[in-house]
Amino acid sequence: MADNTFKVSIITPERSFYEGEATMVEFNTACGEIGVLPKHIPLTTVIAPGICTITEADGVKKAAIHAGLAEILPDKVTLLAEIAEWPDEIDVERAKKAEERAKNRLAQKEVGLDVLRAEVALKKALVRQEIHQTR
Amino acid sequence: MASMRDIKRRKQSVSSTQQITKAMKLVSTVKLQKARSKAEQTTPYFNAMYNTICGMLAKAGTVNNKYLRDNGSEKIGVIVITSNRGLAGGYNSNIVKMITGSQMNPSDVKLYVIGHKGGESLAHKGYEVVKDYSPVMEAPTYADAIAISNDVLTDYASGEIGQIYLVYTHFKNTVSQIPKLMKLLPAEIDEADVEKAKSASAEALMNFEPNEEEALELIIPKYVTSLVYGALVEAVASENGARMQAMDSATNNAEEIISDLSLKYNRARQGSITQELTEIIAGAEALS
Repeated sequence: MADNTFKVSIITPERSFYEGEATMVEFNTACGEIGVLPKHIPLTTVIAPGICTITEADGVKKAAIHAGLAEILPDKVTLLAEIAEWPDEIDVERAKKAEERAKNRLAQKEVGLDVLRAEVALKKALVRQEIHQTR
Repeated sequence: MASMRDIKRRKQSVSSTQQITKAMKLVSTVKLQKARSKAEQTTPYFNAMYNTICGMLAKAGTVNNKYLRDNGSEKIGVIVITSNRGLAGGYNSNIVKMITGSQMNPSDVKLYVIGHKGGESLAHKGYEVVKDYSPVMEAPTYADAIAISNDVLTDYASGEIGQIYLVYTHFKNTVSQIPKLMKLLPAEIDEADVEKAKSASAEALMNFEPNEEEALELIIPKYVTSLVYGALVEAVASENGARMQAMDSATNNAEEIISDLSLKYNRARQGSITQELTEIIAGAEALS
C-alpha cells in the first residue's frame, strides 16, 4: 500500500455508507470547509450539511452528507453522518419542494419560528440539488 | 366424562387457535430476521459514537457543560420502549417490572413512552406519562429518534427533569432478550472504557473544532439520539424474538392438548359403541 492513502469510512445509523482507501477527503464542518490529507493531526469536529468529496487513487466520489461528526486520525477518517446520500439516490423534486418550504418560512418570519432549523433545511435542500447536478 | 360432542367442539376450537399461533409465529420469524439485520447494521455507528464520546469525556472530564452537570431537578425522565401489541410472552411485563422494581419514586418519574402496552400499564400504576410516541414502534427511523431525543433534551435543558434514563429490551440473540435500564444523562460512561480511551489517546492528542465545550454541546444530543435509535431498533428485534418464542410454545401446547383430547374422544367413542352393543345383546337375550 502506498504511503499517501488513508482509510475512510462513512457510517450512518442505517448502514455502513462507504469504506475505502482515499488520498484526500473534503467536507464541510461547523467552522468551514476542510480538506483532509494523510497524516492529518488528530481532530474531532462537527459536520455541517455539504458535499463530501472522496478522492481515491483512481477517481473521485461525491456524496451529500448532512449533520454528524467526524473523527480524524493520521491514518483513518471516520465520518459519523446522520444522513448520507450518493447523487443518484437523491429525490430532486423533494429537495426543490423542501427548498421552497424553507424559503417561505424564512420569508414569513412568523413568531416562534425556528430560524436555525429552517436555515439548515434550506441548506440541505440546496446541497441535494447541487450534488444531483454533478452526477 | 364429557360427551363426545363436547370433546369434538373443544378440539376444533383448540386447533383453530393453533392455526392462529402458528401463523403468528411465522410472521414474527420473518419480521425478526428483518429487524435483526437492521439492528446489526446500526451497531457500527453506535459503537463508533460510543468510542468517540468516551474519548472526549476522558479528556473533557472537567468541562462545564449543561449536559454533564446536575441541574438540581428532582424529576427523572424515563424513555420506555415496549410494543404496541401483546402476545409476546413476558416482553412488556419485564419492562414494566424493571421500572416498578427500581428505586424511583412514581411521583418523581416522567415517562416518555414508546409502545402502547407499557404506557398503559405504567399509567395505571400511577406514573405520569408526558409524551406518547407509540406509532413510532411500527417502523422506527432515525428521524423518529431525533424527534424523541429533541423533546427529552429540551425538557432536560429547561430543568423539567434532572436525569434521563432509557429502558428497553436488549436483543442478545433469538432466544434471549434482556430488559435493560440505562442512564443517559448526566452522562455516565463506564470508567473502564474511559480509562481505555485515555491510554489509547495518550499517544495521539485529540484536537477539537470548535473548542471542546462547544463540540460537546453539539455532539451529546447526537449521542443521545444514536442511543435512542439503537434501543428502538433492538427493541423491535426483541419484540419479534419474544413473540416468536411465545407463539412457538403456544403452538406446542396446543398440539399437546389436541393429542390429549383425541385420546379422550376415541375413548368416549369406544365407550359408547361398547355400551350400545351391551344394550343390544341384553335386549336380544331378554327377547329369547
